[in-house]
Amino acid sequence: MSVNLEDFMSIRGASLMKIKEAKDEGQKVVGVYCAYCPREMILAAGAIPVSLCGTSEAPIAAAETVLPRNLCPLIKSSYGFAATDTCPFFHFSDLVIGETTCDGKKKMFEIMQDIKPVYVMQLPHLHQLDAALELWVKELRRLRSTLEEELDVQITDEKLWEAIRTVNDETMAVKAISDLNKMEPPVLSGMDLLTVTWSRSFSSDREKLLTMLNGLQQELAASQQGQARVKKPRVLLTGCPVGLGSEKVIRLVEEAGGLIVAMENCSGYKTLELQSDTELDDPIIALAQKYMEIPCSCMSPNPYRFELLERMMEEFRVDAVVDLTWQACHTYNVEAFEVGNLVRKKGLPYLHLESDYSSSDLETLKIRIEALLEMVV
Amino acid sequence: MLVVGLDIGSVAAKGVILDRGKVHRAMIPTGWSPRDASEELICKLLKISGCEREQLDDIIVTGYGRIAVTGAGQVATEIKCHARAVAELYPQVGTIVDIGGQDSKVIRVNEQGRVIDFAMNDKCAAGTGRFLQVMANALGLDVSELGEHEDSNNIVPINSMCTVFAESEIIGLLARGTSKAGIIAGLHQSVGRRVAAMVRRIGIDGEVAFTGGVAKNPGVRRALQEELRCQLLIPEGCQFTGALGAALLGQNS
Repeated sequence: MSVNLEDFMSIRGASLMKIKEAKDEGQKVVGVYCAYCPREMILAAGAIPVSLCGTSEAPIAAAETVLPRNLCPLIKSSYGFAATDTCPFFHFSDLVIGETTCDGKKKMFEIMQDIKPVYVMQLPHLHQLDAALELWVKELRRLRSTLEEELDVQITDEKLWEAIRTVNDETMAVKAISDLNKMEPPVLSGMDLLTVTWSRSFSSDREKLLTMLNGLQQELAASQQGQARVKKPRVLLTGCPVGLGSEKVIRLVEEAGGLIVAMENCSGYKTLELQSDTELDDPIIALAQKYMEIPCSCMSPNPYRFELLERMMEEFRVDAVVDLTWQACHTYNVEAFEVGNLVRKKGLPYLHLESDYSSSDLETLKIRIEALLEMVV
Repeated sequence: MLVVGLDIGSVAAKGVILDRGKVHRAMIPTGWSPRDASEELICKLLKISGCEREQLDDIIVTGYGRIAVTGAGQVATEIKCHARAVAELYPQVGTIVDIGGQDSKVIRVNEQGRVIDFAMNDKCAAGTGRFLQVMANALGLDVSELGEHEDSNNIVPINSMCTVFAESEIIGLLARGTSKAGIIAGLHQSVGRRVAAMVRRIGIDGEVAFTGGVAKNPGVRRALQEELRCQLLIPEGCQFTGALGAALLGQNS
């Protein structure tokens, strides 16, 4: 694996410089935490959508002076970065957008309001229900008018369609890279895959990002020819979001001799099949339909996650599945029961891990991961 | 063929040497250095068996200290080793319960002795040998004496799962003059209940084996049998199961 990912590793730094310049020129920045936030709307408003920090252990102690200890580390880390002003992207954001995905997040956003204006979208959880989609459409219209007011711009349908096409293309490009790992041997290790898929959300230059993604896809597809290597167990990672800083499970699997070939999680494959329908008349409805399909465990029921997992197990020729739940994430933790049943029905070894961002449980995780890999014939 | 299997646990380091069908065993405290412990253990095994180091075909190491040991031919997890040993000793077993010093495990194996699923205790000492050791200290006993001191007709319920809180709870009970033998039975019940819940999560298929050092304790055996409503198969030298499995893996490779 000799692919040069330096461009992707430096996205955060480069993006920060651009954001600072853009701010000086009067452009607005909108901070985003979750895959449910329609970035198209922010792009159409002429602002820069940027992911906010939340994958590091560092600010958790500070967050625990306000938030309970027994809470998901993603929420604590996100809040801690904001409270200690150690996330430059948060620092530069004019507005932060949150969604009512889980209880912990929505209550945290209320407290975060004291630091920065946080606009919270009401995300309905009953997924296959007309009333839920109706509410979500209304919420997107409310976001549109709020952004118009706050940023003093007009979000036209034309601009929205343009942004929709941009995001559709970008999603397709990331999917094309991820799909290369269906081959044996896979083209990217889990750590490399994470570097690409997670770092992209910090980019402030959509055009350049698309060029980088397409370039990488071509380079990887070409480098793949005629490679032979000792077969390593192919592992699918599912569950809670993972980013650089909270990648310990990916690292441990790969240190123990496995390879994470695909990730069914927020920055990974979970959203990659979803495209806004550009044939519709109303861009808001196109967006609403797409975002409602995201198979987060906060949805009830959540059938698409199981369909997707089943398909991924086959297409990525997976040997074992690791399901990661961050401490106190009830929805993923409970849903793990059904995920486990699905994986076992497929005849594959399944490992459910509950952990946090600390390194206190590395040894106990390691033994479980090693035992899982031993189960692969 | 001469192979050594080592199980470097958190409390004790166990070793087995397989010498053409003969099995020799040795055990020492792990102490602070798993590397020194394994070295000492190998010397001890060689001495007992009357073999020379040069004759050894392979050394397989398991247990939490497995990576600290240099010069080992292979490492394997305790999960795989226990499964291997039990498949040899009791082919009819489908579910294995292993309670060691710092963790407890439930392992499901198929007819070929392959691991098909497993569960381990969370980041906490409840339901492990450590839990019993701390309680034995509070009761002024050695952990090896607990089993014979229980009064199972007078089980005093211990409600705290947490080792620290359970210790406070029994100190409180002792202060109120509660029977020591009843408290001990309660402790065994607590471990049994905790581990049985894990067994039910993984499922019972075929007979159940109980391995690891804690299987020596007749009180825990009683409690676990009551909770699971089945007879447990306990290998002679149950704390050597992991080391035996490691040696058997070496013999096959």
